[in-house]
Formats: sequence, C-alpha cells, structure tokens
Amino acid sequence: MSHDHHNSVSVTVTVNGEQRTAEAEGRTLLVHFLRDTLGLTGTHWGCDTSNCGVCVVAVDGVPMKSCTVLAAMVDGCEVTTVEGLEGPDGLHPIQEGFIECHGLQCGYCTPGMMITAKWLLEQNPDPSEHEIRDGLSGQLCRCTGYHNIVEAVRFAADKLNNKEVSA
Amino acid sequence: MTDTAVPTSAAGNPIGFGRMLRKEDVRFVRGHGNYVDDVQLPGMLHGAILRSPYAHARIVSIDTSEAEAHPKVHAVITGATLETLGLAWMPTLSYDTQAVLATDKVRFHGQEVAFVVAEDRYSARDALNLIDVEYEPLPVVVDAKKALDADAAVIRDDKDGKTDNHIYDWEAGDAVKADEAFAAALADGGVVVEQEMLYPRSHPAPMETCGTVAHMDPITGKLVLWSNTQAPHAHRTVYAMVAGLPEHKIQVIAPDIGGGFGNKVPIYPGYVCSIVGSIVTKRPVKWMEDRSENLMSTGFARDYHMKGRIAATKDGKILGLQVDVLADHGAFHATAQPTNYPAGFFHIFTGSYDYGAAHCKVTAVYTNKAPGGVAYACSFRITEAVYLVERIVDCLADELGMDPAELRMKNLIQPEQFPYTTPTGWEYDSGDYPRALQLALDMAGYEELRREQAEKRAKGELMGIGISFFTEGVGAGPRKHMDILGLGMADGCELRIHPTGKAQIRLSVQTQGQGHETTFAQIVSHQLGIPPEDVEVIHGDTDNTPFGLGTYGSRSTPVSGAAAAVVAERVREKAKIIAATALECSVDDLEWELGRWQVKGDPDNGKTIQELALLAHSSLELPEGVEGHLDASAVYNPPNLTYPFGAYICVVDIDPGTGMVKVRRFIAVDDCGPRINPMIVEGQVHGGLVDGIGMALMEVIAFDENGTCLGGSYMDYLLPTPMEVPMFELGETVTPSPHHPLGCKGVGESATVGSPAAVVNAVMDALKPYGVRHADMPLTPAQVWMTMQGRPLRTDLAFTD
Repeated sequence: MSHDHHNSVSVTVTVNGEQRTAEAEGRTLLVHFLRDTLGLTGTHWGCDTSNCGVCVVAVDGVPMKSCTVLAAMVDGCEVTTVEGLEGPDGLHPIQEGFIECHGLQCGYCTPGMMITAKWLLEQNPDPSEHEIRDGLSGQLCRCTGYHNIVEAVRFAADKLNNKEVSA
Repeated sequence: MTDTAVPTSAAGNPIGFGRMLRKEDVRFVRGHGNYVDDVQLPGMLHGAILRSPYAHARIVSIDTSEAEAHPKVHAVITGATLETLGLAWMPTLSYDTQAVLATDKVRFHGQEVAFVVAEDRYSARDALNLIDVEYEPLPVVVDAKKALDADAAVIRDDKDGKTDNHIYDWEAGDAVKADEAFAAALADGGVVVEQEMLYPRSHPAPMETCGTVAHMDPITGKLVLWSNTQAPHAHRTVYAMVAGLPEHKIQVIAPDIGGGFGNKVPIYPGYVCSIVGSIVTKRPVKWMEDRSENLMSTGFARDYHMKGRIAATKDGKILGLQVDVLADHGAFHATAQPTNYPAGFFHIFTGSYDYGAAHCKVTAVYTNKAPGGVAYACSFRITEAVYLVERIVDCLADELGMDPAELRMKNLIQPEQFPYTTPTGWEYDSGDYPRALQLALDMAGYEELRREQAEKRAKGELMGIGISFFTEGVGAGPRKHMDILGLGMADGCELRIHPTGKAQIRLSVQTQGQGHETTFAQIVSHQLGIPPEDVEVIHGDTDNTPFGLGTYGSRSTPVSGAAAAVVAERVREKAKIIAATALECSVDDLEWELGRWQVKGDPDNGKTIQELALLAHSSLELPEGVEGHLDASAVYNPPNLTYPFGAYICVVDIDPGTGMVKVRRFIAVDDCGPRINPMIVEGQVHGGLVDGIGMALMEVIAFDENGTCLGGSYMDYLLPTPMEVPMFELGETVTPSPHHPLGCKGVGESATVGSPAAVVNAVMDALKPYGVRHADMPLTPAQVWMTMQGRPLRTDLAFTD
C-alpha cells in the first residue's frame, strides 16, 4: 500500500527573506509546497516535465523548476519567488520592464519568466537579443510571442545599467 | 503610435484610444493574480480523474473498493454513480452527447473513467492507482480516411441505430456554378490545380490548464463554481439545463485565466465531476488537470483533411475554387460553433479574391480520438479556410510560373467593391486589400529579397519567401443567424457613473490575457471623457455582470466593445438632459466636447461629466419621465460580423544538411480598423504569429496505430521557445467597419489565422529546387528532409510513411 509510505519531513527555508518551517511529505514538490503549504501562489504549476518554466523560483540565487525539485531538497536554502522581487524602493526593474514593454498578457508565465530574466541579467548585464532569447529558452509563453519579453529584459538591463530607457 | 489629438489624463493616460499601460499588470508582476488553482476554501477537497489507457475498449468491470478504503478518500465516482443522477452523459455544444464518465466503453485514449475526491491532490492521485478497471480492447479507428469504411468499428453504438462513424455532410456555395467555371476554364485554355493538404490536429495548450473549484452549499443550495471558462454566462445556463439546477442558484466565477485560445470554451467532464463531488461530499472540491490531461483530453484544434481545386485563366485570373473536407471530430461531436454552422466559418475559404464560383463539401466523422475541433484562435475554422486558399493560390502561382505576390495583387477584391458578397454568402464589410499587401511588400523589400534568393539558390542555399493574405469574419454574431445551443450571440453591458464621477462598467465577456480591464476602460473614456484610470471594469462573475456569450472567435471588441460604446452613449445622452436642466437651456442648444456638455457658442457655459454625475444624484429637479442617477444598460446585437484583414510575409532559411527551418523575418500588416490600444493590438499580433510559426513548424497531436496519443506532454507537443522566432516587423492600415459604433474590428486571432500559410509558403518556396509542391505541417526537420527526398510524410499518424 502506498498511502502510508509518505513520511513527513520538516522543511525550513528562507523564502523572500523570511524563515519558514513546515511539514511536508517526502515526495512533495517544491511548487506545491510553496503554493499550497506556504500560500505563495505567485509561482505557478504548468507541465511537470521541466519544459514550460512557469514554476521557476530562485534557489540560492539560481533559477530552478520547482515542479521537479522536492521541497525537502531546499531545506536550509534561500528561495526567491515572484512575491520577493519587489524591494523596499518599489518594483524591481525587471517588473517595471514587463509592465512598460507589455511583456505579459495572461500573466501565467510571467513570474517564472521574470525570475529567470533577473538571473540572466546578473550573469550578463548587457545581453544581446540572441543572449536574452537563449537565456529564456527554458521558459514558454503562449501569449506574447516573446517579442515584448525581449524588449522588457532590455529595458531592465538598461535601467540597471543606469542608461536612458524608453519603452 | 500615440494619437497626438487625444488629450491625456492626470495620470498620463490617453482619454480615449491610444497606447496605455495595462491596469491588470500591477497585480500580475507581483504574483498577486488570482487563478483558479489559487482559490483555497475552508474544508476544500481535491479531485483527480482516472483515464482510459485504451483508445477503444469495452468496460467489463470497475472495482473501486480499495480506493474507497483509502483513509484520505472521501468519494469515488464512476459512470455508474452518475447514471443514477442522470449525469453520465452530457450534451455537447454541437447537439451530440459526450460521456462525463464512461459507462459502456471508452472511446479515446485519455477518456474520463472515474473521479476520486480526497483530502489533498497527491492522495487523490494515489487512489487512482487503487481503482481496478477491466477492459476488453476493441478495434480502433485512428485514420479519419478509413472511418467510413464498411469494416470500420462503430464508435458511437451508444446512439440508437448508429451503424457507421458518419456525423454530417454539409455544403456551401453553388456546386453547379463551380463545375461550370472549371469546365469553362479548361475550355478556354486555362489551368486547374488540385492539391490535397492536411491541417493537422494541434492543441491550444494554454500555460494554465483547465480546472474548477465547485462549492455546492448544502444549506442554501447555491452552487458557486470558480472555473477558468471563457464563457461564464453560457456555462451557467448549460449547467442549469444539464443538471437541472436552478439557474439563479448558480454563480460562475471566472477569475484570472492563464490563457484560453478556445481551449476553455467547452464544459469538460472534470467540471461536472467536481460539482457532483461537492454535492456528494458537501464540501468544496477543486479539480485541476495536469499538462498531459490537458493535451490528451481537452478541446484540440483543426484536424481537417482538405482537397482543393482552383481554376484560373492562363494569365492568372482566378475563376473558381472547390474544396472537399474530411473533418476528424474525434469520439464525440463537441465542436464549439454557432448552431447553423457545423463546419464553423470554413466556407469563408474563398478568401480575399474576387471570383464568382465556389463550392465546398464537408464530411465529418467520428474517430477514436479526443473530441473538440474549434479552438486555438481559429476564428471558427477560418484558419483552415485561409490555409487552404493561401496554399492553393501559391500552388497556382507555381503552376503558372507567376510570382505569388503578383498573382494575389491581380485577384484581390478592390476597395470600391465593398460591401462585397462572396460566392458563399458572406458580406465583407470594408477593406482596402491592395494597400495592405503593397505596404507589406514595401516593408519586406520584396524585390530585393527575390534577388537575394536567386543568388543563394545559384549557390545551393535554401531561402524562401512566403506570402499570405487573409480576411476573417469575427464578432459572432447577428442573433437571427447565430446562436450556441439556442443562446443568441448578443452581449449585455452595464455602466454606472458614481456621484463623484468615477465609473464601473460590467461586461459579459471574459479576458484571458487580452487586457479587457484596460481597453474597456478606454472605450468608456473615449465616449465620456472620463480618465481610464477612473473606470473600473467588472467581469468574470455571473452574479455581478450581465448575460452574454463570452470571449472567443475574436468577438469581445466587435460585440461587447460595441455594447460598451452604446451604453456609454446612452449615459452621455442622459447627461445631456441633466445638463440642459442645470444650465436652464434646451438640449438642442448643447454640444459635446470631450467630457463636457456645453452651450453652443458659449463654451464657458457647460458641465463636465463628473459635475453631471453629481447633479444626477442630487436633489436637482429633473424633467418629467427622467429618473435620477447616471447609469445605463444595453444589449448589443451585431448587424454583421466585422472583417479584419492583413498581409503577411515570412522569410525562411533552411539548413540543407538537417532540414531545419529558421524563420529569419516576419512582416505582418494588419487592418482591424481603429486600434483602441495599439500596444495591446501589437501584443496580440506577436502572440498569434508565434502560434502560426509553431503550427507550421513544430506542433502536432499525432497517434500511433493503437490510437495512443503521442502529444501528451510538452516533451512531445513542441511549442516555440524564444529561440525559434524572430523580432517581428508590424505594419498597419486602418479601414473602419461601417457598422461597428467605434469602427473597430476584432484582431485577437488574426495572426494565428493568417500566419501558418505564410510560413509553409516560405518553406515550399525554399524547397522549389526539389520539385515538391506541397508538404503537410508541421514542417519539422524530419518532414523537410523527407520532402527534399520527394516523399513528404503524413504527419497525423505515426505508422505511415
């Protein structure tokens, strides 16, 4: 019988700067732990196969597909979700870029897209169009055709580099 | 793109039409959207569906005892349970029936067999493994072309007297006239070109899958259903009709929706199961399908096997077009389209060209595949129609040795011919087609591209240029012609101006990312001069919005947008009476300046709409018969569809070593009349272009010889990533619709409808040196490679070459 095999584990993570501890079954996926247990529903569930990227969160600063990571695996880690992008001074330039350049429509892929884009700019502060596309190639969007997402990331790059920006 | 004539509000937004950032984005970028899977209710349980591993099998027995014994399981529901409630079968949107949970047999791989309700989503899925179903496999019908063979297994033996897999035959146009045109063409030394082509089965695959949270309150008897439906009001009525629930006790709430594209129009078995689950357990029940369930069982798109014949004079004047279609509808006839149009609007296949003779015959069949067929931004099958005509016009150009741009330009309907009645009876409202095509050719640098292609071809490099020109009919539709399940396709709208001049507008349509919260505020702003930031758009809750049929078929702006314009106009007229009373003048002495009624010749003497709103709620004595307050409602019954159009050009390079197609450029000129928010229109076009590239090059739901779905995950059903598509080059012309109150036409599906043909035309153009005129989508590297060998594959079946 399978239903008594799922032993609970205690998981402690620092989510968006706040330490949280909760029980999870050993098999619980990080995406469901964040959404259902911690109530952080900004991170979405899309495909279960690491293809679509709507579930991407940053684990110790690195984007990960939370539909294929167990909650238990991030015990002791720092996790950043879309709810943690905004700083004390307001929206992160990535968030501003997505608004200013119309980089989202239904909004479902947007949280994962922004987490990956933020990491991309940390690795490469001045990416070309091709580098942006390559960096986001693990993220699917069905609405925008990616055109304005590329523009949004360029907007954020320019803003972070203190350049003149125009939407 | 901002119209400098439009004044701006204090917040910097246009008062009226123009580029404006979206009001909905502030919550989405913070992760504060509210999608159906985000809904958490006290005591909520979770449902999961057991699905058939077979495409066709008799159900011998179902044993649920072990699942029911699972400590976290609250209910196990089977077809037998539903039969006792009269809910084992439900009506489809095409007057057929569909099994909610299978009783007698399963008819497609992935069909719903049992529903488990448990304390959490993992336990629900655990329990699925404890259900023991014994199946007796039956012969399958996978190839639509064999569905009507005498020895084909009969799929719908649940229907009395059914002895074959035939659904319907349907015709449009004039067969005799078409035959005469073809005979005349040949007699005069003209040409007839025939081409078979498949528009393969694809899937809208929105990033958010389908789901519901059902809560039947056991005390009040009220059902509240959170559901990511594109048509909340229509769903409410259908639930009332099907389940016998009183309609005033049903509230459908469509929260934020993570993309729809037609996938979220039908009512799926999971929705009904979650309602039954809530009735049985007396607790709220959430059901969210996973990605495989979405791809394998919910509304697919296309699956049209088309044979076209086009006749023309030898110098390229088109004389007629005939089409035979074999439509694969899967195991249940569940396509979503207006009642009188079983093949949707496919008979707009005559396209954007001027000729007198056309005929089509559509035969629809059952196969052992998932039901559906009208989805994925197809504008009720106009995408199939546009693909057919634009491909066969290219085949004709090839036969004549004529440039495809020249052939199109020679045959386009001319601006002075509008309104134009087509040979199959559509009345195109307005257009200037040559202007749009010329703009696209100019933007592309067409002649230079052809020179470059010739140089490359001489070196053995494969470069292709593809053109498509499309006309869509969107905004269904006139009540006398169009209904779904008897519900006329008119939409209501309500507008209230509060005493302080802030407004709320209530819509029947349902955004899935199209930005209604912004554009409908702009419509009110355009009509009344109220800043768009002062207009709240309320939608997606049947208890708080007027009735209407929802958002699909690019109908929101043509129908609901028109309703918003009309309702705002009614408010403006009422404000005029109030202004005349307050200013102690006749209404005839007043003129409207954006946001203000003022006395003609005395512009300082006037009242703003905000002042009039307060007066409307004040103790000001109003003329006999005029009620206080400032609000209005309207139901808009469109007199005709709107007919957006466009010219698309795609440039591809193909690696001759691998068959890999690279889309180098895509030029898209769209005409949807005046643009309420150009930024949003451009975003819709971008998205549709990627859909088209995806369908042309990557996406297909194929099946093996057992009827097993081969597109059941994102590892198998390939969507374009940012890497497969270019930055887009967009252009516009503006030809207003003469009958829409704002001149606007729908645009949401234009690019999805228009672009696949441009991509395929470009690839076939690149492959000309190999002497193959046509290959079916998707043009994957394997398909391109086989085409280069002269043997393109049939793409819908995994077992044929």
